[in-house]
Amino acid sequence: MTDQNGPQYQRLLAGKVEVVNVGLEGFVKDLHDCGIGVVHVDWKPSAGGDPQMAALLAKLGV
Amino acid sequence: MKLIEDANQQALARILEGEPRLIDIVPASQLMKGLRDRMILHAGPPITWERMCGPMRGAVAGAIVFEGWAQDLRSATELAASGGIEFHPNHHFGAVGPMTGMTTKSMPLFVVENARFSNRAYCAINEGLGKVMRFGGNDASVLKRLAWLRDVFGPVLGKAIRASGGVDLKSIIARGLSMGDEMHQRNLACSSIFLREIAPWMARTSVDNATLAECLAFIGQNDQFFLNIAMAMGKVMTDPANGIRGSTIVTTMCRNGTDFGIRVSGLGERWFTAPVEMPEGLYFAGYSEKDANPDMGDSAIVETIGLGGFAMAAAPAVAGFIGAGAPSEAGNFTRSMGEITVAQNPEWSIAAMDFAGVPTGIDIRLVVDSGIVPVINTGIAHREPGIGQVGAGVVKAPLACFQQAVRAVASDLGVS
Repeated sequence: MTDQNGPQYQRLLAGKVEVVNVGLEGFVKDLHDCGIGVVHVDWKPSAGGDPQMAALLAKLGV
Repeated sequence: MKLIEDANQQALARILEGEPRLIDIVPASQLMKGLRDRMILHAGPPITWERMCGPMRGAVAGAIVFEGWAQDLRSATELAASGGIEFHPNHHFGAVGPMTGMTTKSMPLFVVENARFSNRAYCAINEGLGKVMRFGGNDASVLKRLAWLRDVFGPVLGKAIRASGGVDLKSIIARGLSMGDEMHQRNLACSSIFLREIAPWMARTSVDNATLAECLAFIGQNDQFFLNIAMAMGKVMTDPANGIRGSTIVTTMCRNGTDFGIRVSGLGERWFTAPVEMPEGLYFAGYSEKDANPDMGDSAIVETIGLGGFAMAAAPAVAGFIGAGAPSEAGNFTRSMGEITVAQNPEWSIAAMDFAGVPTGIDIRLVVDSGIVPVINTGIAHREPGIGQVGAGVVKAPLACFQQAVRAVASDLGVS
């Protein structure tokens, strides 16, 4: 989307950036090294990303 | 799924409502009708001689000589290798055993009764530290100590326990958690509390001061004495939760040095096994991971009821002892295990967790969904027979056991 000040994502990155990193923890260090504030959320896809097991778990109430 | 949630609440209630009491010490043959000559019960899921690890074979050879089925260790090993010994898991006989978990007919066993559900469970007496059969030791000193436990210590302590009217175990655990025990790799507080409770009864029932002093010293010198009592308690609390259709709560975790095995409430006596992992930990001077055997023992029954690695927050000193990180990080283990359990035990709280109860009721669905597996605090045995303990550490349960069990529950409930 755009408006008179340009694309919204450009405005988002123009000021101070605070990041919530979900999943792979490797990105956290890179952001820290750039002086960017980051909060890491320890998250993995259900059943390690196995879609069949995830579907089975969903049927079993998880 | 309502069927599963209801079944899990029922299984959980049966675990939490248990009223375990230590009531006696009795020779195994008097407790187990099917336990015959040339039959050995071992830790973990079923296993044959051919697949047994070194320390398990060493313990088997020692147990054969102890029972007089062979004259020496060499002929004992030949007897076992030739099919002359029948092997069964302790769990199939209402029992548990630490590390190699040897149980034979003349060994004296703790008897723990669950007054709420009228069931019983058994465990052999802890032999102490150093060279012992549970770590694969089998020389003359090991067999001499076992004979003393059978002929002297077992009868003395059994008489005292009977005279006392039984010892309530839940209250000892509650106090132990507040004194730095997690009941797997640290039992110092619980062993001391037990000694404080039973010593007067040992004195009242003793007929010989020298023997009394020897028996009191045996308990007092072994920080892990209470472990075997805690294990029988775990077994007697989880057994009533077996066989509730649809329940995904784990009722057994154990290992035999080759395989890790679990059983699940809704699936009854069926075993789900996978190769057991190597503990990560610290080694005694002169030993390293090259000497270590993969993990073994029925002692993971204490984790099954929320103790051991699940209660690490109560025992920060243990985290350092077993190489699990800084004491300040002990709470992370307990919090993590909270992700795969369905409740907390309000009777067993941890001060360092703002008196939260220990995480209880491992749900196989939560394990597989999160990828977080149970952590177990454990001793490390040398991989060769006859040497003994070389360290202590933490081992993770293999995820494959839980994945198999989830598929089996789904199949049983007609879910695909």
